[in-house]
Amino acid sequence: MSCDWGAKLDRYVDTELSGSELTEMEVHLRACPACAADALSRLQMKRMTQAVGRRFSPRPEFRLKIEQSVGAAQRPWWAGRWAAGFAAAAAALVLMLISAALWLQYSRGEQALGELADLHVSTLASANPVDVVSSDRHTVKPWFQGKLPFTFNLPEVQNSPFKLIGGRLTYFQQSPGAQLLFEVRKHRISAFIFQNRAELNRLNSGSSSLRRKLAFSSETWTEGGLLYFVVGDASPSDVYDLSELLKSAARS
Amino acid sequence: MFASLYNFAHWLTENREEAEDLVQETYLKALKGFGSFQQGTNLRAWMYRILRNTFLTSRTGLSVKMTDPLDLEDDRAVLPVTSDTPESVLLARADQQVVQDALERLPVPFREVILLCDMEEMSYQEIAETLGIPIGTVMSRLSRARKSMRELLAARVHGAF
Repeated sequence: MSCDWGAKLDRYVDTELSGSELTEMEVHLRACPACAADALSRLQMKRMTQAVGRRFSPRPEFRLKIEQSVGAAQRPWWAGRWAAGFAAAAAALVLMLISAALWLQYSRGEQALGELADLHVSTLASANPVDVVSSDRHTVKPWFQGKLPFTFNLPEVQNSPFKLIGGRLTYFQQSPGAQLLFEVRKHRISAFIFQNRAELNRLNSGSSSLRRKLAFSSETWTEGGLLYFVVGDASPSDVYDLSELLKSAARS
Repeated sequence: MFASLYNFAHWLTENREEAEDLVQETYLKALKGFGSFQQGTNLRAWMYRILRNTFLTSRTGLSVKMTDPLDLEDDRAVLPVTSDTPESVLLARADQQVVQDALERLPVPFREVILLCDMEEMSYQEIAETLGIPIGTVMSRLSRARKSMRELLAARVHGAF
């Protein structure tokens, strides 16, 4: 590391930088390949630790045992004057379990989104980011024929700020998919398209949603049995506009 | 939270039975002391703090405290990575098993801060509340924990363990 920004990289990947620090870091990362590579490595390490860390699951009988022992610990309270306190504690426990389930679901979805964002960054870091290089959608779409178990429509981007760079075959959680690379004002955006299988459902929160994390903007939605995920370091409005173009193309 | 607490307990104790005892005791203590929980403060950090404090007073936890000769109060920032092997190369060579082995070999204070940050996705503030240490110490400990992790990965990739 040849510059002073390395000390802030942990805080960057942990999304702990303040707004102004984050802006400065993003500007620096575009100009410093060493820090950009370091940031990517730290992000990959974080993702890998996250995946490895979720390793141990409680036995169902242990869960039952906890419920019983917690119930036994509370039982004397029912008969006593602390019934109201127990009711509050029990309600809090139920609330805790429900919020924990929701949080876990959200967390898993976030992890999947993070993995796809990593795929996008890895693509940009590659010397050959796309397998089919063309700005013509009628060249890019047919290239996927016979390579994917589904087909999709690509939007006409000639009269928009977006430029199609090309596409490549990608895999995510054992599912083949298309990764299409677009450019807007020198920012690159990836559009991933997969079959909407049950294993990938956690990516989608139910409706189209725009998110922003680690300075990446992303949008995910389902349409016609396909799951779409658009991600890039362009502004949220650019990611939104490209997503709208893809949605229109899918409906046409 | 139950499954997450159990997972964290298992990582701390490295033993299913002890992890189950730890989680059970944590829930009982939480219910008993629920009156002391201040509404509006962080419930997750509160639960993890109970679990960790319970672990530290257990037999395994006490032995961890005795055998981990870490200068945990060192707030100095750790310099950026200067390993001979770039991280990207390490990660390319390291599969999940290698990362898991490295995580298991980390001293508990390092392992827990990495797990809280990377696995539980806690903010530095939440980690500080859970571990009962200042945020500056969270940052320096995390930085040193990750450095140790990289060194373990490098050793593994080079066949040292």
